[in-house]
Amino acid sequence: MIDRVALFVTCLADTLFPNAGKATVTVLERLGIEVVFPPDQTCCGQMHGNSGYPAEATALARRFVDVFGGFDAIVTPSGSCAAQVREHFGDLLGGNDRGVPGRTWELSQFLTGVLGLEDVGSTFEGTVAYHPTCHSLRLLRVGDAPLRLLRAVPGVDLRELPDAEECCGFGGTFAVKNADVSTAMLDEKIAAITASGAENVCACDSSCLMHIGGGLRRRGVPVRPIHLAEILAS
Amino acid sequence: MTHSSLDPAAARDARPESFPHAATGALANHQVRANIRHATTSIRRKRAGVVAEVPDWELLRAAGAAIKDETLASLDAVLIELEASIQAAGGTVHWARDAAEANEIVVGLVRAEGAEEVVKVKSLATDEIRLNEALEGAGIRPIETDLAELIVQLAGERPSHLLVPAIHKNRVEIRDLFRERLGRPDLSDDPTELAEAARLHLREAFLRARVAISGANFAAADTGTICVVESEGNGRMCTTLPDVLITVMGIEKAIPRFRDLEVFLQLLPRSSTGERMNPYTSLWTGVCEGDGPHAFHLVLLDAGRTRVLADPAGRPALRCIRCSACINVCPVYRQTGGHAYHSPYAGPIGAILAPQLLGEEGAVASLPFASSLCGACYDVCPVLIDIPSILVHERGKAVARERSGIEGRSLKVLGKAFATRAGYERAQRLGRKLQRPLARDGWIAHFPPGPLGAWGRSRDLPALPAQTFREWWESRDEPA
Repeated sequence: MIDRVALFVTCLADTLFPNAGKATVTVLERLGIEVVFPPDQTCCGQMHGNSGYPAEATALARRFVDVFGGFDAIVTPSGSCAAQVREHFGDLLGGNDRGVPGRTWELSQFLTGVLGLEDVGSTFEGTVAYHPTCHSLRLLRVGDAPLRLLRAVPGVDLRELPDAEECCGFGGTFAVKNADVSTAMLDEKIAAITASGAENVCACDSSCLMHIGGGLRRRGVPVRPIHLAEILAS
Repeated sequence: MTHSSLDPAAARDARPESFPHAATGALANHQVRANIRHATTSIRRKRAGVVAEVPDWELLRAAGAAIKDETLASLDAVLIELEASIQAAGGTVHWARDAAEANEIVVGLVRAEGAEEVVKVKSLATDEIRLNEALEGAGIRPIETDLAELIVQLAGERPSHLLVPAIHKNRVEIRDLFRERLGRPDLSDDPTELAEAARLHLREAFLRARVAISGANFAAADTGTICVVESEGNGRMCTTLPDVLITVMGIEKAIPRFRDLEVFLQLLPRSSTGERMNPYTSLWTGVCEGDGPHAFHLVLLDAGRTRVLADPAGRPALRCIRCSACINVCPVYRQTGGHAYHSPYAGPIGAILAPQLLGEEGAVASLPFASSLCGACYDVCPVLIDIPSILVHERGKAVARERSGIEGRSLKVLGKAFATRAGYERAQRLGRKLQRPLARDGWIAHFPPGPLGAWGRSRDLPALPAQTFREWWESRDEPA
């Protein structure tokens, strides 16, 4: 039984969405798990890797392994950052990854897969549409882990999101390099969210929520973007 | 004949636009977007249904990938075996280094036959080398016989989808086109009537034609058998009626053994049209006395393929069997359609294959960035091409070739800052300071030009909060 984890908060949550990080701490500590935050952590290098800068991505991967190599479990509130570590570090580091990829978990995978939990003692009031982010779904294969966690929260009224598995159009630098196509994809996602009738749209990645949330606010759609950890911390 | 008159580059758009610019134009065409959305939604649903009913689909995918990898690992030997088998069966094999050479060979063969027109089976390889333009330049009239290709040809357009070239047109548009170009002012938009009009037009061409040109889906090296898979039977007309048959084929279409077709003929129709089996599968081996064409020529096309072969990380792209499953699930293609890709290979596979074949320069260098890396393409690929990884690999090549712009400089600066805790925390504080004139009430209110401006055209952005997570964490550690 794992009773101590290192939190990789991600550079985005650290800097722009600290509540996702705080909520992750709340959930883990409520379950009696000691949370350690190694302060030397910075970024997993996903943005560099995906944008065509493998040298920078490799340097950041090496740093990540140095910072987190001593921990039995590393937990992060991001499907795409967990996927960067689990799916790409092996190649970037030529295998010199100290086993870190296999010990790094996205929050919902850690709770359901490692701890074997679905009910984590949360309560929440409201209608929720769940958007499975692309990397959590197709790279990390979290499957329905986030949905099982959400279904176990008393007060969560899950609404079906039409075409849920379609990308929201974020894609890192894609959102600015191909801004018009990205926006067209976002418009379809927002139409689906509106059609779901939910008051909250929930996901396992702050980056996708930043995109969806930024689109919702610009269009005056009164739906609140909320990280899975924030619902589970309630 | 001069070499340059057959050079497809001469006829190519003078300066193709980069994908983001071309996409912006495509997005404005709501009719085309609606047609594409309708068509891809229906094909992907059909595909999902017929794939789900095959219990060993994952094993078939693995087998398809393994056969292709085996072929690519010994392509030199496989191609020589294919050449020998075809020669033994009475055919002739020609080797073309590039598009210009391939076009010159084909034009030469048609001229030697004294033909002034040719009928064509739908073929991506000939689209790729712009054979029709080379033929027209030599005074030879190419007649596309695939219904959708015919529609595109009559409209003077380019195909927008590997498999459904006229996916961007609906039947009212096709009715208007046929009324004008086939001289049938009485036509309605009833699909049966439209198909009948095309059939009458094409039957005359089939009976007249002395030379046909096809592509190939597969070519078995051990027997020298060429395989063409199609839906309409017009391809069968082309490969059987004329006196001379010329097949233009990318060298990666070779497979070692005839029996390997067992795997691919299961993977291809289910992935492409969402059918358990395609209506017409034509197989021929050289020539046969008294049956079909009396002469058969195979033109083996390199045109950048050996360049892809030499790159281990990009090589799996050569497994592609051109099924278009990746295109039908792509959320980017769904918005833009195929024309924005400036290549017959649109969608995810086009975004890697076009720059791989042509070199990561100019407009094609923008294609690997035309993806959100959502991964839907990899999930459906029947030969397990990890398209997202190759997209990233191609991005790296494009970045290495180009002088770094604002993105490159920012990412390099960030990379350096993130190398140390001090640099990272300095960057966080600097961000908060720099945003001050731009932020109001917790949101960015003014978006400066550049990446932030591109974001802000359609999306709001929260301002950096007063306290980072790590500052909160430190404050939490302090004794109360």
